[in-house]
Amino acid sequence: MTTTTEDIRGLARRIRAHSLRMTHSARSSHIGGALSMADLLAALYGRVLRVDAGRPNWPERDRFVLSKGHACASLYATLAETGFIPVETLSTFYTDGTTLAGHVTTGAAGVEVSTGSLGHGLPLACGMALALARDESPSRVFALLSDGECDEGSTWEAALFGGHHQLTNLIAIIDYNKIQSLGHVADVMALEPFGAKWSAFGWAVAEIDGHDIDAIVRTLETVPLEQHKPTCVIAHTVKGRGVSFMEGLLTYHYKPPSDDELARALDELEGR
Amino acid sequence: MRTAFIKALTHVAASDPRITLVVGDLGYSVIEEFARRFPRQFVNAGVAEQNMTGLAAGMALAGRRVFTYSIGNFPTLRCLEQVRNDVCYHGAAVTIVTVGGGFAYGALGASHHATEDIAIMRTLPRMTVVAPGDPVEAGHATYALAEAGGPAYLRLGKAGEPVVHDGPIAFEIGRAITVRGGSDLTLITTGGMLHNVVRARDALATTHRVQARVLSMHSIKPIDREAILAAASETGAIVTVEEHSVIGGLGGAVSEVLAESGVGIPFRRIGIPSAFDTVVGSQEYLRGRHGLTVEGLVPAIEGLLLGARR
Ligand SMILES: Cc1ncc(C[n+]2csc(CCOP(=O)(O)OP(=O)(O)O)c2C)c(N)n1
Repeated sequence: MTTTTEDIRGLARRIRAHSLRMTHSARSSHIGGALSMADLLAALYGRVLRVDAGRPNWPERDRFVLSKGHACASLYATLAETGFIPVETLSTFYTDGTTLAGHVTTGAAGVEVSTGSLGHGLPLACGMALALARDESPSRVFALLSDGECDEGSTWEAALFGGHHQLTNLIAIIDYNKIQSLGHVADVMALEPFGAKWSAFGWAVAEIDGHDIDAIVRTLETVPLEQHKPTCVIAHTVKGRGVSFMEGLLTYHYKPPSDDELARALDELEGR
Repeated sequence: MRTAFIKALTHVAASDPRITLVVGDLGYSVIEEFARRFPRQFVNAGVAEQNMTGLAAGMALAGRRVFTYSIGNFPTLRCLEQVRNDVCYHGAAVTIVTVGGGFAYGALGASHHATEDIAIMRTLPRMTVVAPGDPVEAGHATYALAEAGGPAYLRLGKAGEPVVHDGPIAFEIGRAITVRGGSDLTLITTGGMLHNVVRARDALATTHRVQARVLSMHSIKPIDREAILAAASETGAIVTVEEHSVIGGLGGAVSEVLAESGVGIPFRRIGIPSAFDTVVGSQEYLRGRHGLTVEGLVPAIEGLLLGARR
């Protein structure tokens, strides 16, 4: 099965549309961060990850850890589009009795770990990568982190661990959309020089445009970037990407799309 | 409740330059005015609760009265050792404030359900634990804790909870508030459950002619032993109701008082069992799953009374 760049773009468009509808009907927060990672998810699930929706627990599968659990609308959408969960369940997001909780939860097939408190994903991914490597498994572990959770000490404790243990099968991808909960990353807790920090912790680092499908695929298909090192891909992204009036705004970390905004956003996506 | 909190804190901060608010990258549409008016009394520590709590203790040791602020488990469980060693062990003037007590963020999932926090905070030496029952109590609690200094834990709901007290209240840390009088049994509750408990009490009064006393036990530590023992001897039965694990929280604290005082009366804890919910939903939905709505409380209380009369 070969997936073209165009296929992945189509998948990303559908992921965005689902995410907008889900947060609209749930009146829920976090659409901005769900949109900023949509292209990364499309490339991962459309092409890069060795996973099988028919066998979600296949032992040799790659593991995907969503550490920024609040942005789970687009992960659930991805899992629906790739056959892990029925598309119809997306409409239960946030409703009474749902297994699609507002922070990613293992109740949905294909979800490896539950998160929601930031800074838990990379330690979990380190543990998986260490155990899999010791068991000589071909599986790789991909963890998707937000820039905000790079404030957490636990993220850097795991970064030290991954470098020290030379976890070549571990890939951290950072959705560097430059906005966290109360403002711009540069104003709240500056991360730069960001790539240099990861390199200093013993990681092979690539900085890419997180909305350039070809660049994402090219980078993730050549991991590990260096032997005996975990890989850190810093994906420069835009919060709210794909809906012009949401791009780069803190507001859409909180505000769900209104009826009118949903209609305009879906029109925009179709028009692309 | 968070509106009442920030209003009270803003008021105290205007006349007391020691009052300092430290947030963990949270408080959108709540803390902006405070941050603008008192830039020397505000800092955003980022998404980094361990550092936030350590630095709050450091600021307190340098003379400040610090309030840390975040959601549910983040400024409590995430940084528990900083709370214990840096805040409590030093007797530092830090009050930890959380929004989202119980299932206030129900649909957001287990990471956002604050359902063991009271029990855990209560075991820490020197820690005062307060869970106001409505916005009126939340405002009073904020003033009282700003005055007392800490170590303290203030557990709030979020925004828009109904006001239960329609008149002025006498609020004192360690003293329960009698919200309804009665002599058939006593319902003791804490935090945002107060509203449902009062409604259940009024329903019992009209449909079952049961006159229950209702105590808002906003202070779980120190707990009001006198009010508990008076309730035991005057009303003969006690039910505790909390949006929290039945282990170690309000029900635990009340049962410790009762057991050690040697009074054997019909007693029941209503709360959340020690298990994670496999499905989620709104706050009322999750309360309903654990018998914490009026529909669940009325039959449970009735059952206890019937058993007691038998
Ligand atoms: C430990 C912890 N502290 C605080 C929060 C509350 N919170 C949710 S999202 C968020 C930050 C949002 O910014 P970022 O992490 O960069 O996510 P993105 O922009 O990718 O959506 C915060 C502080 C949390 N979920 N976990």
